Amino acid sequence: MKTNGASLFRRRFDLPLARDATGRFLTWITALMVYLAALALAGTLLVSDMAGRWDRGLAGGLTVQVAPLAEAGAASLEERVETAVKVLSATPGVTAATTLTPEDTARLLEPWLGPAAADPLLPMPRLIDVVTDGTVDTRALDERLGAEAPGSTLDDHAVWLSDLRAFASALQIAALGIVLLIGGAAVVAVVFAVRSGLAIHRHVVELLHLMGATDRYVARQFEAHVMNLTLKGGLLGLGLAAATLAGIHHASAGLRAGLLPDTALAPWQWLTLAAVPAAACLLAVVTARWTVLRTLVTLP
Amino acid sequence: MIRFENVGLRYGTGPEVLRDISFTLPPGSFHFMTGSSGAGKSSLLKLMYLAHRPSRGLITLFDRDVALLKRDEMPEMRRQIGVVFQDFALLDHLSALDNVALPLRMAGADEGDIVEHCTEILRWVGLGNHLHATPSTLSGGQQQRVAIARSVINRPRLLLADEPTGNVDDGIGMRLLYLFEELHKLGTTVVIATHNEALIRRFDHPRIHLENGRLHVLPANSAQWV
Ligand SMILES: Nc1ncnc2c1ncn2[C@@H]1O[C@H](COP(=O)(O)OP(=O)(O)OP(=O)(O)O)[C@@H](O)[C@H]1O
Ligand SMILES: [Mg+2]
Repeated sequence: MKTNGASLFRRRFDLPLARDATGRFLTWITALMVYLAALALAGTLLVSDMAGRWDRGLAGGLTVQVAPLAEAGAASLEERVETAVKVLSATPGVTAATTLTPEDTARLLEPWLGPAAADPLLPMPRLIDVVTDGTVDTRALDERLGAEAPGSTLDDHAVWLSDLRAFASALQIAALGIVLLIGGAAVVAVVFAVRSGLAIHRHVVELLHLMGATDRYVARQFEAHVMNLTLKGGLLGLGLAAATLAGIHHASAGLRAGLLPDTALAPWQWLTLAAVPAAACLLAVVTARWTVLRTLVTLP
Repeated sequence: MIRFENVGLRYGTGPEVLRDISFTLPPGSFHFMTGSSGAGKSSLLKLMYLAHRPSRGLITLFDRDVALLKRDEMPEMRRQIGVVFQDFALLDHLSALDNVALPLRMAGADEGDIVEHCTEILRWVGLGNHLHATPSTLSGGQQQRVAIARSVINRPRLLLADEPTGNVDDGIGMRLLYLFEELHKLGTTVVIATHNEALIRRFDHPRIHLENGRLHVLPANSAQWV
């Protein structure tokens, strides 16, 4: 029984599907689709991370900017900042109002202006960071600040934030749309591959039927084959996507501070990406089964 | 086991190749089927193994009206029928052993049993040294023996063989017929289409004879047949 041991473990398909070129293209198309889907998904994850960070950092926040005024007779910048802080502290709903030192301001602007931001000769506005409990009437506050501390403007983060949120969700919807389109294309590709497989091996399928094979038995052959192909393709696509993301992360880490959002993915996010090839494979297998069963009922 | 009543068969719009066929094969019977080339032997067998539907008439198989069978009832029926196809119908990409194993795999048999069983039957038909050969590397007679091994491997209730000894010498032909004979003793109903008069004469079985699309049942070793 020496020779039989090997045949026990060899993979067998009653249909010679592995020899078809039509089947093999599934591997490549799955690789491409998983690659694109994984990148779209990674994009969504990063954007929702970013939106979350903006939310935490900006929600319930206001910034008051007091500009240096060149006109004679105006109160000094320091005085106007003090007045503004007083007005703010007296406003119901404001929980804190902190004046940023000129050094802090310079540091915030450095990414845009370079080291010149620290030049004391540059007329720099002063910034007041305001924390509220969210109940402040910003329009009334803006008018009062304008009247009592000329040159000051109120910047309501909520306006920003809602813009950012809208932007983030638009990106997410776009990514979802891309993933759905890719899924649809994958289904079409599998249907095509399975149909042509059935057509090529029609006489074998008929023979199996004559020998008592059920449609499920035939479908299982296709399922196993499609699973084999798409799993390979999916892992390849995931590998490429991971390499691309690592490349982007590496490139962005080299850029100067803060301009770009953090592009590192958390472990659970990597796990989510790893689910993409599994989902693609499952989708392909279910599609293959459905296609075979649907096609076979039309045969005698 | 099998009952034909006024069965007719035509391919497409051609003439009827089988006309008014009526006969009954009792369970456990053994029949040879004769008739000149083109008489319709393969066609009649195809009706029996449910590859074709008759153009008219009634076929009863295992006490079921074949015309009323639902699609999902067919596999169960067909698994009880062993067929040796005239053109062998082996799968080219599978080894002899895997070809023989097909009916067992479809029935979901245990893989260890399958290998043991198939090895045994292939040894019996003299292919013990060709277990892993693919059909294209086997001679016509060897392929035929693989086809025969496959038809009997799961002890069908009905065995239909279309020229099973057409490609082998009489010595091997006898050996193969003894295989069918053994199966018959276990209760299988057997129908063997053949041109080989010498073999027919050695066994004491009735025959169904086809001529001009019509069927005649002749008793064993009948003098009516020249
Ligand atoms: N698929 C088919 N389409 C059309 N005509 C067919 C088909 N199969 C068989 N025939 C015709 O039916 C008739 C009977 O053919 P069949 O194959 O049943 O003969 P046979 O008795 O098995 O012959 P042989 O001894 O040569 O195998 C022939 O005239 C043949 O031309
Ligand atoms: Mg024939």
